[in-house]
Amino acid sequence: MTLLVGVFFAVAIYLFLSKHIIRILLGAAILGNAVNLLIFTSGRLTREVPPILSPDDPVSNVVITANPLPQALILTAIVISFSFFAFLLVLGFRAYQELETDDTEEMRFAEPEDQEMPPLGY
Amino acid sequence: MASSEKTPVDLSAAMITEPAALADWLVIAPLVLCMVLGSLLLMVRKDTRLQPFIAIPGLAVLVLLDVGLLVHVIVNGPVTMTMGRWLPPFGISFTVDILGALLCLTAGIAAFAGGLYGAGDVNDSGRRYGFYPFLFLMMAGVSGAFLTGDIFNLYVWFEVLLISSFGLLILGSERGQIDGATKYAFLNLVATTLFLIATGYLYGIFGTLNMADIAQKAPAMTDKAPLVTLVSLYLLAFGMKAAAFPANFWLPASYHTPRVVVSALFAGLLTKVGVYALMRVTLMLFPAERDVLGFVIAIIAAATMIIGAMGALAQTDFRRLLGYLVISGIGIMFAGIALASPSGVAGTIFYAVHSMIVMTALYLASGLAARAAGGFSIASSSGVYSSHVFLAAITLMLFFAVSGLPPFSGFWPKVILVKASLDVGAWWLAGAILLSGFLTTIAVGRVWILSYWRPAMTGGPAQDEAVTLNPLVDYLPLVLLTALVVIVGIFPQQILELSQTGSDQVLNPVDYIRSVFPQGGEQ
Repeated sequence: MTLLVGVFFAVAIYLFLSKHIIRILLGAAILGNAVNLLIFTSGRLTREVPPILSPDDPVSNVVITANPLPQALILTAIVISFSFFAFLLVLGFRAYQELETDDTEEMRFAEPEDQEMPPLGY
Repeated sequence: MASSEKTPVDLSAAMITEPAALADWLVIAPLVLCMVLGSLLLMVRKDTRLQPFIAIPGLAVLVLLDVGLLVHVIVNGPVTMTMGRWLPPFGISFTVDILGALLCLTAGIAAFAGGLYGAGDVNDSGRRYGFYPFLFLMMAGVSGAFLTGDIFNLYVWFEVLLISSFGLLILGSERGQIDGATKYAFLNLVATTLFLIATGYLYGIFGTLNMADIAQKAPAMTDKAPLVTLVSLYLLAFGMKAAAFPANFWLPASYHTPRVVVSALFAGLLTKVGVYALMRVTLMLFPAERDVLGFVIAIIAAATMIIGAMGALAQTDFRRLLGYLVISGIGIMFAGIALASPSGVAGTIFYAVHSMIVMTALYLASGLAARAAGGFSIASSSGVYSSHVFLAAITLMLFFAVSGLPPFSGFWPKVILVKASLDVGAWWLAGAILLSGFLTTIAVGRVWILSYWRPAMTGGPAQDEAVTLNPLVDYLPLVLLTALVVIVGIFPQQILELSQTGSDQVLNPVDYIRSVFPQGGEQ
């Protein structure tokens, strides 16, 4: 599991280093999953046990249960990262339509390269 | 909890049995108000004339609620409200101390000014795309981040404010906006993901996400190495959110592209949330680990100040210049976090309040000046002073305030921070604060000379038709914020005492923990 998280992070960072928006997007998707697995791991792994306490005496008679908190955290994180991904996908597509490039090095519309110097005198 | 009738378990050990006191509802009142009004405004999204009439009174009520909350916290100490009946550390609790309440109030004031200004600045299509709903949802995110007492919940509020800020950023769908938004979105996504990674590790180490609980357990941890890594991760994540030096490049790439009022709100609110979160994590949760990284933070602070001020010197566009001034201010706030002495942290809190107000006001003023002088470029715009004396006077006061000259609000926190750094012998940090103030004075002074003082150039757009500015929606927010800047500058005692109490509460969170665990730690 730890290895898998490591591989996911490596792939995500490799994709982030690309200059094409679509690759960065895929990297973002993988990064989200890597984090989810990380949270899952840090909540201590158990095998196939539901996160339900024994109905008779839930306080003293603690049997092994799965930790429900990481599951809740991951559910939240999945929803958030999915909505982010959807937004970024549309934003990337709009950028491709409007700016006619998906190369981040050519995206210089907000910060043009040949900016005039500020005036040095009156 | 349907099963609670069947089992003879004593619920009071794990559950809240008493309803919350009425005054404690103030803790979540700002959030509830923002969310309700945000959804309401979404419903009347098509009716562009009606929206300001709902939104502006709503923001006024938000300011009142924040004032009420601050007073409640001053009188009673930190207040906690826990959701969903589970006692902390299991239930998600909202804990407010003076730091959170003060910043929340300042954010509310900035948003009120922005909402008022937006009534004149944002046109019908911008309102149809949802300026006001996004504004309210962003305020929900900002207030939630300031008020929450649970670190995963803090992450969720970060995402709330981030998603609504995306909406605000691309309100016009222009080329520059989409370009800026792409960079802003990706880099902020990386920052929040780093935050989430760190939170995952935090949960793995402590098994709890409640901040008061972590603050209790952190000193008992014998194995310091993972905690230092953890704090470094948080430092990187929040430094990226706050646009501190090595990770600041998304801010000048995007802050000048959206509408003026949106830039103003972003500059006033978003980066300060990053600073606030960093204060919470480093100063309150992990003070011992922060000491290990203190020197690194000090270098980051000095570099951010100087590079922000020098970046401002190199800009021709008024709004991009302001973007660099935001970065420079972040560096000054980081200086207090690096010192971590009571007076240093008080200086940071004071400076955060000052910076929220003054940066919002400066962006608003830049919008008015651009309308009056014909453009944001300081090379080609001119003549604001001859056509709009009042605006020029207000802007001059704001310029003095942002450079830290007396008698305005930027002066006092800088004095505190310089003194605090000299107290511990960090003369170079004090020197960096003074140097950045000096460079800032030159940068804004040049804007004032060129865009304001210089007589209108022949053939310039300004002299063809005199631009009239509406006194209500254009000047009132600016006058309101500038009045605050002047009042805080002349009578700093109140804010100073609040910052000092706030910094004591953060550095020594006994009251904070007691407010979450009234019995004194039963876990």
